[in-house]
Amino acid sequence: MANIVIDRIKKTFGTFEALKEISLEIHDGEFVSLLGPSGCGKTTLLRIIAGLETETSGKLLIGGTPINGLAPKDRGLAMVFQNYAVFPHMTVFENVAFGLRMQKADQKRVKSQVDKAAALLHIEPYLDRYPNKLSGGQRQRVAVARALAVEPKVLLMDEPLSNLDALLRLEMRTELKAVLQASGTTTIYVTHDQTEAMGLSDRIAVMYNGRIEQVGAPVDIYSHPASRFVGGFMGSPPMNFIRLPVTNGTVKLGNTHHSVPVHTGSDIVLGLRGENVARTPLAEGLRLDVRVAEPMGSHLLLTGIIAEQPVRVILPPGETVRAGDAIGLKPDADRLIWLSPETGLSLNHPKT
Amino acid sequence: MSTAARPSSFGSARAVLLWSGIAVLCAWVLVPIYLVALGAFGGRTGVYQWPKTIFPAGISFEPFLLFLKTEGVAGAFMNSLGAAAVTVILSVLIGAPAGYALARYNFRGKDGYRLLVLLTRAFPLAILALPLTVSFIRIGLYDTVIGVGLVHTVLALPFAALVTQGIFLGVPRELEEAAWVFGCSRPQAFFRIVAPLALPGLAATAVFAFVISWNEVFAASVLTVRHRTLTAYLLTVLAESPLHYRFAGGLLLILPSVIFIFAVRRYLFAIWGISSK
Repeated sequence: MANIVIDRIKKTFGTFEALKEISLEIHDGEFVSLLGPSGCGKTTLLRIIAGLETETSGKLLIGGTPINGLAPKDRGLAMVFQNYAVFPHMTVFENVAFGLRMQKADQKRVKSQVDKAAALLHIEPYLDRYPNKLSGGQRQRVAVARALAVEPKVLLMDEPLSNLDALLRLEMRTELKAVLQASGTTTIYVTHDQTEAMGLSDRIAVMYNGRIEQVGAPVDIYSHPASRFVGGFMGSPPMNFIRLPVTNGTVKLGNTHHSVPVHTGSDIVLGLRGENVARTPLAEGLRLDVRVAEPMGSHLLLTGIIAEQPVRVILPPGETVRAGDAIGLKPDADRLIWLSPETGLSLNHPKT
Repeated sequence: MSTAARPSSFGSARAVLLWSGIAVLCAWVLVPIYLVALGAFGGRTGVYQWPKTIFPAGISFEPFLLFLKTEGVAGAFMNSLGAAAVTVILSVLIGAPAGYALARYNFRGKDGYRLLVLLTRAFPLAILALPLTVSFIRIGLYDTVIGVGLVHTVLALPFAALVTQGIFLGVPRELEEAAWVFGCSRPQAFFRIVAPLALPGLAATAVFAFVISWNEVFAASVLTVRHRTLTAYLLTVLAESPLHYRFAGGLLLILPSVIFIFAVRRYLFAIWGISSK
């Protein structure tokens, strides 16, 4: 186990800048997700840490030791690949034992480590089988067991759940969290699925266009997005963005005035999570013209228009609202995010 | 087979189609070989007998053995095997690394390189024959098995490089990367992961190199005088031989290919299924 320091890592492919001077420190034993849409550079960053790709500039340290230029095998890490990359010509046992065999571990240690990893991931019954006799979920377990068996300083995971079907993904997510909590390995996890990142991580680094937009605990990122991109990417339904005029340094929501850090005469964008509203009488609140009402059982999902802009909000399941209704909404004053309409950055708190 | 065991009419129709297909394919390959064998073993009368019987009227190995004992046949046979061995070994040893490089690395002029590899086949051997003969005499390769093997390697090499490229492309890159991460150097990853998975394809490449060399007549005829390969030898000798001798020669030409393919058949079927998906 060790910490990881990513220091101004840059990667260019020809003239394309895949990574623009990324810096990030990951603590010992921490689980950090790199989250972002495809093409944001998250997989490239992971592959650079693994040594499968060479950085254009910047420094990398694992446990205080610089690892730039080292071969993947000399970096003391293990990796779980998107397509599992389980060796098809070896039994499950040999797959899990592969890293240990390469380290020339003695037979006893190989056996005990494989048994331990197999028990952790419930693949003991398959140890003698070949991977082509296993389902996708089982292969996934083999890939994770192979990575844990070598007791790596750092575990890298590249969208490990994306090839599983929805139900299995949910199950494996929970199990993965339990397994990794037990092992306490420093983990970097690449995903484009924000619920996966939210559920698994100690911290999330949201990436966009080769940059880290925001780093923080899942709840912080969810509640205090640093930019419009982060707010829109996290959460389902995504955060609503409503552009509003500013008068006398305040914005009027229903019959309440909120002071905002913007000069009079310009506009401001309100970032509002769908669940941070309560119903009030129409005369007092923000007017929502409901277009579609979807009772989801656990909540009521409303799609409609506020100030001529589309929004989606969530109300308790008991509310009776139909399409075509106009209702009043009172936003939770403590949970309003104010964003600059020009830069898309949050005006609430200094950018992290 | 599960389809054959199922009593539904659809299943049995499929089974009939399958098995008749297999029968036709087998006949396509086996009947000519059988007829040649019949000619070779049937003796002087068997060759001219019409209609052919399924079983030969009288088997006699005499003409075949006589043919084998004919001066030069055994030597030519060994020469052919030697040239083919040289071809197989060299074209896999040189072709496979080239194919690996084409499959795994992006380098400047990759497409041009591929075209150049193919262009070696664009020169007709007939044009090259004279200069080749002259230079072979100079270097001392003329009329040697190794010399013929080298020319056959040139013929087989483009094929070997391009086919192995396809084979290595079929081994997922992630498997190799996983090997690197879990402690392999590049050569170790190649020999532990890529090579075993590419083995069926490499065996197929070897078979084709063998067949190319074994069947080649022209270069072998031009470049040898006394150390002829079997094809070159038969070409000159059999024209003046009786028919059952020719059949015996034909059979001798067919057999090694069949035996060789039989020997590597295990690798011709993808036993593990190369992809891990």
